[in-house]
Amino acid sequence: MTFHTLIVDDSSAVRAFVRAALEDADFARVQEAETGFEALQLLASNAFDVVIVDVNMPDINGLELLAFMKKSPRQQGATKILISTRADSLEAKRGAKLGADAFLAKPFGVGDLRNLIQRLTDRSEEVSG
Amino acid sequence: MSDPRDNVQQEFLAEAQELVEALSRDLLLLDEAHQRAERPDSSLINEIFRSVHTLKGIAGMFGYKHVGTIAHALEDLLDDLRLGRTDIGGPLLDVLFDSVERFQRLLALDDPQAPEEAAGVDAYVVAVRSIGAQPPAEEGDPLNQYAIGSAVLSVLTEYEEHRLRACIREGMQLYRLRATFDLTAIDDSIEALRDVVHDDAEIITYLPSLEGGNDESIELVVLLASRVPETELKAHFEGQYGTVEAIEEQKHPPTVPPTLTSIPPGSQSLLPEPEDETAQASLRSLANSVRVDIRKLDDLMNVVGELSLVRSAVGRAVAGLDGDPKYRQSLRELDRLGRGFERQLFELRTRILDVRMVPLGQVFSKFARIVRQAAREHDKQVRLVITGANTEMDKLIVEELADPLMHLVRNAIDHGIESVETRMRLAKPAEGTLALNAYHKGRNVVIEVEDDGGGMNAQKLREKAVSRGLLTAEDSQDLTRQGMLDLVFLPGLSTNAEVTDLSGRGVGMDVVKTNILRMGGVVSIASEHGIGTKITVTLPITLAIIRALIIKVGARLFALPISAVREAIPFAPRDVHTIQGRKVITMRGETLPICDLAPLFGLRAADQQASRFVIVCEMGNQELGFVVDQLVGQEDVIIKSLGPTLSSVCGFAGAADLGNQKLALVLDAPALFSEYFDGGEALPSVEAHA
Repeated sequence: MTFHTLIVDDSSAVRAFVRAALEDADFARVQEAETGFEALQLLASNAFDVVIVDVNMPDINGLELLAFMKKSPRQQGATKILISTRADSLEAKRGAKLGADAFLAKPFGVGDLRNLIQRLTDRSEEVSG
Repeated sequence: MSDPRDNVQQEFLAEAQELVEALSRDLLLLDEAHQRAERPDSSLINEIFRSVHTLKGIAGMFGYKHVGTIAHALEDLLDDLRLGRTDIGGPLLDVLFDSVERFQRLLALDDPQAPEEAAGVDAYVVAVRSIGAQPPAEEGDPLNQYAIGSAVLSVLTEYEEHRLRACIREGMQLYRLRATFDLTAIDDSIEALRDVVHDDAEIITYLPSLEGGNDESIELVVLLASRVPETELKAHFEGQYGTVEAIEEQKHPPTVPPTLTSIPPGSQSLLPEPEDETAQASLRSLANSVRVDIRKLDDLMNVVGELSLVRSAVGRAVAGLDGDPKYRQSLRELDRLGRGFERQLFELRTRILDVRMVPLGQVFSKFARIVRQAAREHDKQVRLVITGANTEMDKLIVEELADPLMHLVRNAIDHGIESVETRMRLAKPAEGTLALNAYHKGRNVVIEVEDDGGGMNAQKLREKAVSRGLLTAEDSQDLTRQGMLDLVFLPGLSTNAEVTDLSGRGVGMDVVKTNILRMGGVVSIASEHGIGTKITVTLPITLAIIRALIIKVGARLFALPISAVREAIPFAPRDVHTIQGRKVITMRGETLPICDLAPLFGLRAADQQASRFVIVCEMGNQELGFVVDQLVGQEDVIIKSLGPTLSSVCGFAGAADLGNQKLALVLDAPALFSEYFDGGEALPSVEAHA
């Protein structure tokens, strides 16, 4: 399947990287949001298969978006990946409690990202199936 | 699978560059606050942290190992700083300022992993790590004083939590502001809110709530800390933005740690039911800016040029129908439409030009850091005064300007401004002033680099020029004082044996001048011994399009940028005199050197009896008259490159299409000036061919 994916990150280079990494060979269709506000707009009207959010963003941070998605009926099927710097950070722990399916540390590679999504979505299909 | 890094490498470099520039700007603000012994703005420190944090992340993803290593070390240090675990001090500022130059250099490397850089990077990291964090004095967690709610606490980042604590420690009251925002305009609304809040409160975070929202709007709970009393805050926000409620202080702090997953008080229904599929259609992004390769703007400008030609061709076709009474009505209509089309075309061209414009402040901010560093290294006190940072000019010119201006700034500190002791002895203020001024002047931008240092010694310059064989002792006798000062632009004069780390580096004033000339600009110098030096750089606002005077020499058309033209006067061959081997005429009592373009370009001049003209041009403080056969008119022209084969031909900036299948070579006025005044005798003169 082609994953409908949202990447939320205030770095345009990261967004471009994720888009290029995932859109290759139609692995995913990627939408981008630069800020939490943009993400809210997209989350309110689209059901995503995968949502990748950076934790450290100004204004609305990644944790707040996770909390929003947790309650949003549209995003119940979404696989949620939180990007941060350190796996042992306070944010990573909070993210796990807010329903993040995985945690990705920057910098990450193309393979890391695709494998992670493949693994997470396989699992959720097994569970739901 | 292809590596996406190849495709998005440019995106990375652009963003990395922006981050480093932002870092440089923010560090200056931080340094200013530090110098004034003020407590720095917490949001400023957070911005600096965020720049470095983002740079670290993307550098790693794009294979810029060294940039990533440095950013990583700084990130830890800055994290301590923003979380209040360490203080700002001189050493910390030093490593931060040092990082800017390192980042810039490393980003410019062809091989971002270059092994020879590793040792320097490692040494730098050791220096950063040696600035250790001091653990803060802890006295109970102030978060326990307030009934903030675990749902709120569970979504805060470590930094937001730290700010919350800091605000409480500073005696600020916490508030919840609830407001509903239109999703399509949320960025603007938040910006407006932020502006209003700024003076009264610190925004800790925005929590999207699922109450009171729908597909078009969303409710946000804004967590604020403020010193303003509740009644005042309510008066300010209620009604206009939403409701404000104070978060109460708890008499008895909770004994149980907050759970992380509870639901916010009062929120049950979250979003409206997922309904029809039409909502899926809303895929647009709110991003309000895009990065564009400037070459694409050049392409667009060329299309505009082509459209102008099409417009002219249509005009000619229509003119062919003139005189036939049955078309009279239609011709009038066509004429009207044609004029409307031209107006729109002009508008389009103006807008495209506007997109290329950036404020000069982008490059000035780099100098602020350099001035600070250079002054410290040389133990001088220098105050940088910038005016006109908002003056806009073409992005390409601003980029190209950075190096020449940098050299002028370094020069001013190295050779211009005296040491504190010398200044005291001379009864000058201990602190020297270096002014960077920018302003528009007609179709040009003028940039001045002015210092109140020791000024230049004209006689010494002359002696140096003679001793280096750049000038004969005899010729040097005829020089005016200005002429002596201008010697500084001669190749080999300012690239000297007394190379210092500042302005040395093998680049002389001649290179500065050449670079400015290449951009169609001029540089001039004014200096008083003991008082100071002012270097003035005059540049066109853009190189993409110019207003030109179209002239005819022989049977050929040429375009002369109007920015260089002062006036045109009739030419009278009998008024020509020869002074010091140069042809001159006298104009209003002043001598004006002249250069006949016909022999210069190997063209046969028009009939000697016909009336010819002198176009008086001005570049910096020099004047030169070009003798031409005919003035055709003024026109905005888009300069097209002559291509690589002809690019080395001196004296032409390119070619311009004038419509009607007519082409004009665009004269490069600065190059012609340079050729005439520096090359002197090489140019043919009027009488030599007459």
